[in-house]
Amino acid sequence: MTKWTGLRAVAATLGVLTLAACSGGTGGDPTTTPGATTAPGEKVTITWWHNSNNDPGKSYYEKVADDFEKANPGLTIEVSAFQHEDMLTKLDAAFQSGDAPDIYMERGGGELADHVEAGLTKDLTALVPDTITKLGGSTAGWQVDGKTYALPFSVGVVGFWYNTAKFAEAGVEAPATLDELIATTGTLKGKGIEPISVGAGDKWPAAHYWYYFALRQCSQSVLSSAVTSLDFSDPCFVRAGESLQQLIAAEPFNSGFLATKAQSGATSASGLLATGKVAMQLQGHWEPGVMQGLTEDKKGLGENTGWFPFPSVTGGEGDPAAALGGGDAWGVSADAPDIAVKFAEYLLSDDVQKGFAENDMGLPTNPAASGSVKDPALATLLKVRDEAPYVQLYFDTAFGSSVGGAMNDAIALMFAGKATPQDIVDATQAAADEEK
Amino acid sequence: MADDVTSPTGESTSSATLTAAGGAGRATARPARPAANERGGRRTDRRMWLEIAVFVTPALAIFAAFVVWPIVKAVQFSLYRWKGYGPLVDFVGLENYTKVLRNEVFQDAVVHNLVIVVLSVAVQLPLGLAVALLLNRRMRFQGLMRTIVFVPYVLAEVIAGVVWAQLLQPKYGIVDSLLTAIGITPPAQGFLGTPEYALMTVLVVLTWKYLGLAVILLLAGLQSVPDELYEAAQLDGATWWQTQRRITVPLLGPTIRMWIFLSMVGSLQLFDMVWILTRGGPANATMTMATFLINEGTKRSNYGIASAASVVLFVIALVVALLYQRLVLARDTAETAVARPRRRTR
Repeated sequence: MTKWTGLRAVAATLGVLTLAACSGGTGGDPTTTPGATTAPGEKVTITWWHNSNNDPGKSYYEKVADDFEKANPGLTIEVSAFQHEDMLTKLDAAFQSGDAPDIYMERGGGELADHVEAGLTKDLTALVPDTITKLGGSTAGWQVDGKTYALPFSVGVVGFWYNTAKFAEAGVEAPATLDELIATTGTLKGKGIEPISVGAGDKWPAAHYWYYFALRQCSQSVLSSAVTSLDFSDPCFVRAGESLQQLIAAEPFNSGFLATKAQSGATSASGLLATGKVAMQLQGHWEPGVMQGLTEDKKGLGENTGWFPFPSVTGGEGDPAAALGGGDAWGVSADAPDIAVKFAEYLLSDDVQKGFAENDMGLPTNPAASGSVKDPALATLLKVRDEAPYVQLYFDTAFGSSVGGAMNDAIALMFAGKATPQDIVDATQAAADEEK
Repeated sequence: MADDVTSPTGESTSSATLTAAGGAGRATARPARPAANERGGRRTDRRMWLEIAVFVTPALAIFAAFVVWPIVKAVQFSLYRWKGYGPLVDFVGLENYTKVLRNEVFQDAVVHNLVIVVLSVAVQLPLGLAVALLLNRRMRFQGLMRTIVFVPYVLAEVIAGVVWAQLLQPKYGIVDSLLTAIGITPPAQGFLGTPEYALMTVLVVLTWKYLGLAVILLLAGLQSVPDELYEAAQLDGATWWQTQRRITVPLLGPTIRMWIFLSMVGSLQLFDMVWILTRGGPANATMTMATFLINEGTKRSNYGIASAASVVLFVIALVVALLYQRLVLARDTAETAVARPRRRTR
């Protein structure tokens, strides 16, 4: 009975909060939820949203929540597993209505900065110092003004996923430089194999090319100062566009790439790679899982899965070993009870991260779990990530959706032959100036 | 008067008020009604207003909550720079509007919308008329044929969009395979991926989708053409073609004008089909005002700009609708306004 009344009180308060937020149109008013204090044994309910909506991840997270509930009598964790895009949409709506879940996925960068500015997320710096120290450099993408706002649980890097059988058929090796990449695509085309698929219809997969060329052309200091100063005047950004133009001019992409979707359906860029229609695709660490879902035997490319890093560019000022990547972190909403912070910390514990790695759910950030990754492709990526001099967060995430969106739109225009290298820089700078 | 009370519609209200206002005139016109009824009339008057209030209030409340309030909020948001959450603090006046109106992508989007408005009518009207006239003839499988034409309209837009996206898939899609089979080389980027063809391809899909509505409305209109006219024409020795041109099409006027109105408003607000087929791409070639505002709002979190774009879209649609009603539909609505009371007095 008491549990019910507690739940009802929470529901009622949330309802009132939602109404208040709607009528006020302002959101973010931090009102305390009942049960925000955590005396032992008291009934508390916290909400947790994640995007592991398929097994084994889904059941693993259910078990994790159960274990934590058992260790904390009186605690109830309401777990919601969403499909990734659904979760992002619902999160946006939740933030707008001021009714965000207690523990949620935070992608860092400009998005996080916006959440921090609106007072939606909790500063974890002083609350979980040990975990932050343990995670080390991985937390960089989730810091604003030196404070850590979320705990990254999976950080991966972007690179070329390729079909080893197709490469063998054409007699080519994984290319190391841009010139070699272009030569490789020429050989593949000569054998009647479409070289690269890209989901330019969704824009961001196309934008990854420009990001990576910027990473190769620009020094780390130029990039890191651009993230804070929003100044794109360094000529290396134009050179990034020139490298991309050089690649596009070689016409290596699948037919219809301008309207191709990223990873939904068999005719998406990932679907084309998974079904052996193309030889390679530039994509993030989640690609094997996506490809498995897009083939009937649920194996994706199976043992033909290969991976090589983005090629180097002659004369570039960037470190050829630097990687583009990003990841997911657990954020705690501003008005969540203290136990939610404890739960977020538990999610980053050695045990939970080891289980996370064993289930191939991502690339764990807790060093204790590094050895537990079973999938060979993911293990390779983990090595690349840990050996990279630095991992640059995807620019669209790093700069926030407004600047990132303008950037991605302009890059997609270049793929359609409608934008010059300077146009990309100008469009990005124009959107960035709005932010200042 | 009793008739008026039983039907609490807008028309009866106006006629009732007229009666109340010109009470004296009425009294002389209908001497059979004794003065005692005047008081009774006032009572029914009050009762009638109460009934109107009871029946209309829920509708008005819903209208206010789901139509008026969102419009007011959109106007409010459009005056701020706002990311979608947090308080509205950064007031920028009309800056968002100048940004939207100066934005080349938005200007292109307006042009695309107008192209869709004009071409939808120009293509679907003759086609719809032709199909309707054909289907109106006595023939075998008439019901089946009508159903086939109407089915695309009933199909959910999202499903139709996904199916067409698959059909139009470059290289592996059925459309490209068929074209290749008969010796035509389809465009390398596919019909939806080539900026020059994308808008026209979307229009073809829209025509397929919405032709059924035009046909079904026109068929309904054809039922109202009196048979006597056809008989008279036949007696006069008119050919089938002459009958259609001189009698059927002119009498379909009100139906056609109403269909054009629906088609225009739909074209101005076009979103779902474009979003599923192309997301407004490639290279913004199929961007409409609605996809522009979704892109600015949910993709880029520029909710102020998105709200300004939505207000601009609203104003454009409102102006077009009002002008069309005033200039084109006015005659039709006037005719029905006259026709209705006549029917009631009978």
